[in-house]
Amino acid sequence: MPETFFPILVLLGVAAIMAATILFLNAVLGPKLRTRKKLETYESGVPLLDASRKRVSIQFFVIAMVFILFDVEIAFVYPWALVFKAAGWPLLLEMFVFLAILIVGYAYIWKKGAFDW
Amino acid sequence: MTLVDGAIVVLRVVVPALILPALVIPLVWVERRVAAFIQDRPGPNRVGPFGLLQSPADIIKLFTKEDVVPAATDKFLFLLAPSLAVFAALSTFAVVPYGPTIRVAGKVIPMVGADVSVGLLYVFAITSLSVYAIVLAGWSSNDKFSLLGGIRSSAQIISYELAMTTAAAGVVLAAGSFRLTDIVAMQEGTFRLLPVVPRWNFFPQVIGFIVFFVSAFAETNRLPFDLPEAEAELVAGYHTEYSAMRFGSYFLAEYINVIVASAMTATLYFGGWSLPGFHPEGWLGGLLGLLIFAAKTAFFVLVFIWVRWTLPRFRYDQLMRLGWKTLLPLSLANLLWVALLAIWRTSR
Amino acid sequence: MEAALRAAAGTMSDDKISQAEKDEAAYFAERAKAAAARAAEASAVTGTPPTLFDVQEMELNFGPQHPSTHGVLRIVLKVDGEKILEAKPDVGYLHRGTEKLFETETYPMGVPHTDRMDYVAAATNNHAYCLTIEKLLAVEVPRRAQLIRVILDELQRLSSHLVWLGTSGIDLGAVTPFWYAFREREQILDFFEEYCGARLTLNCMRIGGLPFDLTPGWTERVAEFVDDLPARIDEYEQLLTDNRIWKKRTVGIGVISGEECIEWGLTGPVIRASGVEWDLRRAQPYECYEELDFVVPTRQNGDTYDRYIVRVQEMRQSVRIVRQCLERLEPGEIRGKVPRVIKPVAEEVYASVESPKGELGFYCVSNGSNKPYRMHVRPPSFINLQALPRLAKGHLVSDLVALIGTIDIVLGEVDR
Repeated sequence: MPETFFPILVLLGVAAIMAATILFLNAVLGPKLRTRKKLETYESGVPLLDASRKRVSIQFFVIAMVFILFDVEIAFVYPWALVFKAAGWPLLLEMFVFLAILIVGYAYIWKKGAFDW
Repeated sequence: MTLVDGAIVVLRVVVPALILPALVIPLVWVERRVAAFIQDRPGPNRVGPFGLLQSPADIIKLFTKEDVVPAATDKFLFLLAPSLAVFAALSTFAVVPYGPTIRVAGKVIPMVGADVSVGLLYVFAITSLSVYAIVLAGWSSNDKFSLLGGIRSSAQIISYELAMTTAAAGVVLAAGSFRLTDIVAMQEGTFRLLPVVPRWNFFPQVIGFIVFFVSAFAETNRLPFDLPEAEAELVAGYHTEYSAMRFGSYFLAEYINVIVASAMTATLYFGGWSLPGFHPEGWLGGLLGLLIFAAKTAFFVLVFIWVRWTLPRFRYDQLMRLGWKTLLPLSLANLLWVALLAIWRTSR
Repeated sequence: MEAALRAAAGTMSDDKISQAEKDEAAYFAERAKAAAARAAEASAVTGTPPTLFDVQEMELNFGPQHPSTHGVLRIVLKVDGEKILEAKPDVGYLHRGTEKLFETETYPMGVPHTDRMDYVAAATNNHAYCLTIEKLLAVEVPRRAQLIRVILDELQRLSSHLVWLGTSGIDLGAVTPFWYAFREREQILDFFEEYCGARLTLNCMRIGGLPFDLTPGWTERVAEFVDDLPARIDEYEQLLTDNRIWKKRTVGIGVISGEECIEWGLTGPVIRASGVEWDLRRAQPYECYEELDFVVPTRQNGDTYDRYIVRVQEMRQSVRIVRQCLERLEPGEIRGKVPRVIKPVAEEVYASVESPKGELGFYCVSNGSNKPYRMHVRPPSFINLQALPRLAKGHLVSDLVALIGTIDIVLGEVDR
């Protein structure tokens, strides 16, 4: 089985080389005429106002947390989907229970306003 | 395994990886011409016949422009991010079957890069990588617009990934396999009850298809979901500070992603290279299969372009609401519907 | 070779670049220290120590070099993530001292300066200026000139609204209406070019009348164009009016009530979308607007969507007005009796017209010489822009773009 992955390994190598080559060629072909203004950070045409590496709104953090929960759920759904045809009804019931628990959590998050900005 | 076999194995995966970026050149031209057609203007028509050489000229220009690295950036991540975008875009296509299995000169050649058992998972794993390309670009640029673009994009892509993977789980359920060749194989022929309709996943799982395709727009950062770059709001979003081919890398990756997303849509929901009544034989059959696959992919690429030039952009909160409150429940409903359908089928 | 190139381009050597990096690092270290000091001060006041979950405001600079500020508008934002806590417009990047320029030149020489204020609607600027000086001189404008002025005004209104439609569409990501709108605007500019030779800075009116009579066939071509236009407007509306994303982006954004509009002094489509029927063409008719049959479109909600609807309906009304004027056109004089040297009596007058953006007025103080003693402009863009901080507060960064679009500013007029 592992040998079917060999082409993928080759491809990953080729992709990495191509990505690097593009930037390398550009570095070779492009001019290098740097000025102080050119190297400044873009701030819509005025001197910098504020540092950009700051903590950002908690909303983004909540989304990330919720994502992890749901992604784990998907990780459970996939093997279930794979073997579903072999087992039928009992598996469907199990999935209903699983999703019911999930949906309680989902409704809770919804109610809490995690999806509203 | 002889040397020839080994060469075939390598070529099967490397040739598409080289053709994909080459396809971007005509694709950009097509996008601009179609946009021009939609907008009632001529579009690029000066460089070469019908402006066909416009894209090559642009690429030459990008290669010979100065690669400006602003002083305040994180130099290593600033370099890594665009490479990662190209890397992820090029690697995805490896497991997508682009034609039937053919016999040429006594050798069996399946027209797929690598026919692995976890094909679909591989696709999702690699596409998730591209979010790093955007987040790292946003962070390393040390620019507020880039940062906002990067954050937007990370939240957007992870949100839509959920809906997308859940929708695709329906396809896995119907096929009973992650292997993309199996998924294509199960869509060959027609429905038993309706012998005129091809057995594409699209018909039983139309909701899943809609969720998948909408999420594909979000995953590729195309309008109406192009919030990470949103040129009117965030100047150029995560690639504000990028110039020359570092910017070009993102450009390249975006278009490759559009092609791959269209190819995945065609494979998962529209039977990939297969058509009812089409039984490929020999190299000619292989070629025909490849053409069918290309035609289906091209159709979805055109839909991508068409939508881009028709719709306005979502706002950020609306985007999240759509992803979490509409698409996610829909995709779960689709999954249960497919499960019920499978039980009905096996019980008959 | 490289040294020469560097010298020519004024570029830096590598050690200078590392110095630039050090400068920037030092700058940020200073900023961070100042921010920490501020936070310590704040916590000393409230008595709570700073925690991990404190909101960190970010100052974001929107413009003057930004794709959607419609010129060189600068807005300093305080944001929490994407949410706008405060928006402060900073104007003056395009200031050319137009009001002062009027004082240095004779009355007729002022007309071209007005072109450069609201440069997407030069005709209405010319009109407002001429109207003011005519009021000062008490000159009667011949009927034919009045009708042609109204035609030019309404064509200008159409072209200005088309620019607005296209650009505010682009702001929200709808690129295609832009090309449709500019296709029609191009035709309007062709009419202007045929009439007065200019396409943008028209200089198409004179004190007491008009510089030229119409070229042969012009009226027929304009009639054909305005007959065609309603179908084209339908085309834009097809793309936007019932588009659900467009509605999501505009309904309920930047709501302002009619009373507030009056308090802020807002005019034009902005106030009409808030339910106040205030249009100078109807409220204080000038030229021949009194006898023309048109509706002043109003809406009730005062949000971005309503302002969009009001402007689109105004375009349809402008088509009606142009048609009526074309029907009424008869041969005649195009210039009133204006003395060769304009030396008005010492007096103060104010006259205004309904420009596409709102009330555009000129306040002229004459001291009896051939130049104005003082000329003040009431620019609708500038006054409407004042409401931006009020409209933007609490919305998201994306909405700010919609709001800048919806109040329809032209920086040439804001800064003068």
